[in-house]
Amino acid sequence: MNEGDTLLYLDGVTVTFDGFRALNALSLTLNQGEMRAMVGPNGAGKTTMMDVITGKTRPDSGKVVFGKDIDLTKLDEPKIAALGIGRKFQKPTVFEPHTVWDNLLLALANDRGTRFTMFARETPEEKRRIELILETTRLTDHRYRRGADLSHGQKQWLEIGMLLAQEPQLLLVDEPVAGMTDAETEQTAVLLREINKTRSVVVVEHDMAFVRALDVKVTVLNEGSVLSEGSIDFVSDDPKVIEVYLGR
Amino acid sequence: MKLDRTSSITIVAVIGLSLILAFLNQMTDVASAAHVPTYVIALAGKYLCFAMLALAVDLVWGFAGILSLGHAAFFALGGYAMGMYLMRQIGTRGVYGNAMLPDFMVFLGWKELPWYWHGFEWFGFAMLMAVLVPATLAGVFGWLAFRSRVTGVYLSIITQALTYALLLAFFRNDMGFGGNNGLTDFKDIVGFNVQADSTRSALLVISALLLCAQFLLARFVVDSRFGKILIAVRDTESRTRFLGYRPESYKLVVWILSAVMAGIGGALYVPQVGIINPSEFAPGNSIEAVIWVAVGGRGTLVGAILGAILVNFGKTWFTGALPEIWLYALGAMFIFVTLFLPRGVMGLFRARQAKEPEPEAPAVAAAHEVTG
Repeated sequence: MNEGDTLLYLDGVTVTFDGFRALNALSLTLNQGEMRAMVGPNGAGKTTMMDVITGKTRPDSGKVVFGKDIDLTKLDEPKIAALGIGRKFQKPTVFEPHTVWDNLLLALANDRGTRFTMFARETPEEKRRIELILETTRLTDHRYRRGADLSHGQKQWLEIGMLLAQEPQLLLVDEPVAGMTDAETEQTAVLLREINKTRSVVVVEHDMAFVRALDVKVTVLNEGSVLSEGSIDFVSDDPKVIEVYLGR
Repeated sequence: MKLDRTSSITIVAVIGLSLILAFLNQMTDVASAAHVPTYVIALAGKYLCFAMLALAVDLVWGFAGILSLGHAAFFALGGYAMGMYLMRQIGTRGVYGNAMLPDFMVFLGWKELPWYWHGFEWFGFAMLMAVLVPATLAGVFGWLAFRSRVTGVYLSIITQALTYALLLAFFRNDMGFGGNNGLTDFKDIVGFNVQADSTRSALLVISALLLCAQFLLARFVVDSRFGKILIAVRDTESRTRFLGYRPESYKLVVWILSAVMAGIGGALYVPQVGIINPSEFAPGNSIEAVIWVAVGGRGTLVGAILGAILVNFGKTWFTGALPEIWLYALGAMFIFVTLFLPRGVMGLFRARQAKEPEPEAPAVAAAHEVTG
């Protein structure tokens, strides 16, 4: 697949929970190698959109196409993960009893079957890949610490590291800088741009300063569909966006 | 595979103590002060079989977060397979002297051996069944339950229902397993008299060896990458799915393995206690097994063995000395452990080492399982 080809395509996706329309005929296109920021007020459908893409939620109607012609609505979570879509959750969820090293080891792109994992030994290649990710995510000195003992920011990075270890084509990152210090936020923007050199990324974020720092195309969601799309300056001047954000 | 110190001590202690007991029973004079009476041998053997059941429970509860309240069902099925073999060995020595039919079938007026009793005259076949029957039941049950993503208390309740259903089924005379009375009056096992002191001692040592083999196998499984994924599934199942793992496959494998371990425990239990009847399926037995694990320390494996032995030793003593208060004592012990030793007896040692990741306290874990 070449740079610029369509990687992910959502067409008219609707999801209803007990009568509440979380997604309302949402359509969206993401290109290969692109980084996209998604913003929107609470309840705009950002997390539901990620749930649909990763197979956690089945849409009532609409199409979700990955790559050339893979229909994601027909697949479950492990299959979608295996296709190369990785997801980072809003609340950092790392495996708390395991060390940073083991967290990355379990995330490494590898055979996921029980027979393989029962007898698997750490190979030099795996060690090399883990070392590399530790370096990228600045966790080299923390490799033997347990997930539970990391700071909030370190957990976020470990989770991004786990995403990298999966070697996905597309990363879905939900609020990566929530609860981070300013310095950590800045480093995270650098990290995501680094990742974007080789992979497509969708970032959902509330923090406008952070979105500005990413300097990418922005999609504004509201009430389950796209309200506005364009550069950060374009969308922040859009009267529809101003109305939604500043209230009626 | 590297063994930590606690595991090595456990293996040496289990095999060593069993050998010493067997030696003192066989090699000393009955009148001597050092003599270990045969009932102690049988009792110790029984404890070790319970320890296998506890180990099986700990493997699924401690490492995969599956709180089984029906594990005694697999134990009892293994026991019935052994019981059927032992019944066939009686032959013409039964009260009715029928070479083919066990006494209870003659009593019921049956003329022919039911088809599912065929083959059980061979020890190898019976032992294969002691493993295969629990494995098959666990396989079917687990496949259905885990695939439908049944977890937490719902799963616990179904396991409880499973063992209760088997209890009711095995009570029925026309099931062909001796009904209420079960299978008993055994004579020999592979040519040796079941009642003989030497057979009892040998069974104790065999139980010790098999318990250690199961322990090593469980250790291997939880220390492997598979085991790490299992722990990940226990704590954050949905996260493992987004990494591309299938939690249901991991649970199913460990669930079947656990059922097999329990079945082996049951098969060894029957010749040592001399009877198997439907009361082994009683839901209370499965719950007791969970208490053993909680007392010893959930998610430690060694704790399961320790807990099974300690609690059953307490039970033997209490039901002898103060039979009416045993159940209160058991309840009080569970409350005490939950409040003051949330990580069980093993928690006392772990606190000083504080190296290995600690499992959740049973009460906290149960709360998590309820709230999902």
